[in-house]
Amino acid sequence: MVTKLKEVDAVVVGMGWTGAILSRELTKAGLNVVGLERGPMRTPRDDFAIPAIRDELKYTNRHELFQDTAMETVSLRHAMSETALPMRRHGSFLPGTGVGGAGSHWNGATWRNLEVDYVVRSHYTEKYGRNAIPADMTVQDFGVTYAELEPHFDKFEKLCGISGQAGNLRGKKIDGGNIFEGPRANDYPNKPLARNFASSTFDTAARSLGYHPFPQPSANASEAYTNPEGATMGQCVYCGFCERYGCESNAKASPNVSVLPVLLPDPKFELRTNSYVKKLNYDRAAKKVTSVTYVDTRTGEEYEQPAGLVILGAYVFNNTLLMLYSGIGTPYDPVTGRGSVGKNYCYQYTGAGVTVFFEDAETNPFMAAGAFGTIMDDFNGDNFDHSGLGFIGGGHISAGLSNGRPIETRAVPPGTPRWGKAWKEANAKWYRRWFNVAGTAVNYAYRDNYLDLDPTYKDALGRPLIRMTYNFKENDYKIGAFLSQKSAEIAKAMNPTIMTEPRFRRGDYDSRPYQSTHNTGGTIMGTDPSTSVVNRYLQSWDASNLFIMGASVFPQNQSYNPTGPLGALAYWSADAIVNKYMKAPGPLMQA
Amino acid sequence: MTEVKLPRRDFLKAAGAASAAGAAAATGIAACSPAAETAATAPPAEPEIWLTLNATEAAFVKAVVDTLIPADELTPSGTDVGLATFIDRQLAGGFGNGAKLYRSGPFLPGKPEHGYQLALSPRDFFRAGISEANAWTTKTYGKEFDRLTVEQRNEALTAIETGKAQFNGGFTSNFFFDNFLQLSMEGFFADPMYGGNKNKVAWKMIGFPGLPASYREEVKTYFNKKYDKEPQSIADFS
Repeated sequence: MVTKLKEVDAVVVGMGWTGAILSRELTKAGLNVVGLERGPMRTPRDDFAIPAIRDELKYTNRHELFQDTAMETVSLRHAMSETALPMRRHGSFLPGTGVGGAGSHWNGATWRNLEVDYVVRSHYTEKYGRNAIPADMTVQDFGVTYAELEPHFDKFEKLCGISGQAGNLRGKKIDGGNIFEGPRANDYPNKPLARNFASSTFDTAARSLGYHPFPQPSANASEAYTNPEGATMGQCVYCGFCERYGCESNAKASPNVSVLPVLLPDPKFELRTNSYVKKLNYDRAAKKVTSVTYVDTRTGEEYEQPAGLVILGAYVFNNTLLMLYSGIGTPYDPVTGRGSVGKNYCYQYTGAGVTVFFEDAETNPFMAAGAFGTIMDDFNGDNFDHSGLGFIGGGHISAGLSNGRPIETRAVPPGTPRWGKAWKEANAKWYRRWFNVAGTAVNYAYRDNYLDLDPTYKDALGRPLIRMTYNFKENDYKIGAFLSQKSAEIAKAMNPTIMTEPRFRRGDYDSRPYQSTHNTGGTIMGTDPSTSVVNRYLQSWDASNLFIMGASVFPQNQSYNPTGPLGALAYWSADAIVNKYMKAPGPLMQA
Repeated sequence: MTEVKLPRRDFLKAAGAASAAGAAAATGIAACSPAAETAATAPPAEPEIWLTLNATEAAFVKAVVDTLIPADELTPSGTDVGLATFIDRQLAGGFGNGAKLYRSGPFLPGKPEHGYQLALSPRDFFRAGISEANAWTTKTYGKEFDRLTVEQRNEALTAIETGKAQFNGGFTSNFFFDNFLQLSMEGFFADPMYGGNKNKVAWKMIGFPGLPASYREEVKTYFNKKYDKEPQSIADFS
């Protein structure tokens, strides 16, 4: 039996970054908002406190804060001709669950996309000709520009107290910041974090070769900070337990630290945890979502929550699953190219570089913050001439150690055995004397990389799993070869004792080793309803009271970590909802 | 180096009653390692208790972790730093019984890139793997793994690591090895409260200081300088 509840103004699905931001903006605009979170409550006081939080086995290896893959996962095949198999445990990416979502256990790398990232198709076509983009590469423009998003990036940076160094302040280039960034109205709210041996050595080497390194913009606060909402952050203590962990110092921006302290006490907001949204109930004729059905995971009982406005703020896979399972929009068909739900699934192409070892160094990898490196963007986006390279896009190259957690983060020189006395000696010698120099590349969309419903495997609620048909492509391998060579050149300038051969990912996408939790696409944004799921305000083309948040709206993935860009888009969409939609409910763009 | 002389059941009885150092000596392994020299002064160890491993499995696990982590000037042996205890506890608990593992069928082999696709819980996977490994060493050397000499153990484990050992249980020997090695590394480097990394030996070996509360100043004052502090574990903060 389903219990039908009283209608509310707005229901928000998922209480990660975007769910928390939208809940806050909508309650401020006067709406009564119910937040539905499938996982448990998580508070810094109870869940992120020392010493328990500094437990590598529990949080990294036993996946304490992540989505429970016994309940749901995704299936993977590398090509349409293959049978997909479920990823039975996490590896390559780590979606969150519980209040704060993955926003509670991220590293904190917080970017603004490059200007070109929003206009990938038009820019490369215009500059390099019609053949620059391969026929089966389905990249699209976002339908919104960097300039339009600039105030919303600014707002998200202030919410998070980002530590960084501006490189382009209202058009004025500043040495030491990222000179390739789009113009920003304001500097970062906090100065950059301290540097360690790895990031400092990389900075010197990159500079000596004429490049433009800068400190990673970071949601790890370099100073104590109070954000415009009145939420307070502590100063980062460089403990080296960031990604996969909550922050016991409240120094890492998260929904739990940056938004919920002001949102939870608001009488206009009600948070229901253990409330797992199963389906959106869709009125096809009215082109509206009338309610959401959710399961109380403690009792198994189902509830129907009617709402005037529905915000989808789950992770990429669940946003796409809810659209497909609820029958909203047209599922993408890779053969005909028609439909758009599930289209343009992208990931991140990481680890194109080298490992360097320094015999006499003390890198102290355990004194670290999550977003702590030195970066250079000289080979990112279209910041360099692509003529004759055979690929489009690029990547940022970085160095720095985000942690020294010993189960996970060790390296030994090539040729070292994996066990035994020689292995022990190599670890004793090199654990504190290495780091990586590597590129993280864009990952562009292809016709046959997409998400749909798995025909065989089901989740704990009886719904099909999301099936991922995905592989890296020629564009990725070419960027990988390019970035690994560039990384090696910089690494060589550091004069390390030992340097590995340049490496980059080849062959089939591997679901086992962690790469990044930068999954994108599936409910992509755009200005044409035949090639996108939501319009440029993140409003569904098929349900005018449904807005979809998060990286699932990216038409393709940029080289940068997605949290900054999706935070800005959340504020951009919230602004459109409050200042346009609420005044005249209905489609904000005509199909 | 001598072979094991005691029948396993007697050895296990002895191991249960005597100190760990004594038990190590009984295996014939520690007799030529520095750890044995300190046996006389070592405090009496706790009795060996297994939550889930049976006698044959316990003997195998101890022999393998002693091969992966041999006693030397850096650390005592794998067994003496608690790795067998760690593996037993992990297999007996949530991890071993398939917590956070998607276990709906159909179960198909897939490619390596699909990751773990077996219907077995990790506990039963280790049971199957140990059985296969012992069957292979019995066929090859006439003995189960724990009865082999140190040289033979190294040779056999290399064959298992590289997939040269023939397994018939639906998975390769190298797949079993990779999972065994991962669990052993987790035990070696995890917080000592889980039973491995006893006395924080692995942390001391590499220079990981554990979990001090803050490096706010140290990140600057120890720039490219050795941070040589006694490691702190969760128990030290509790």
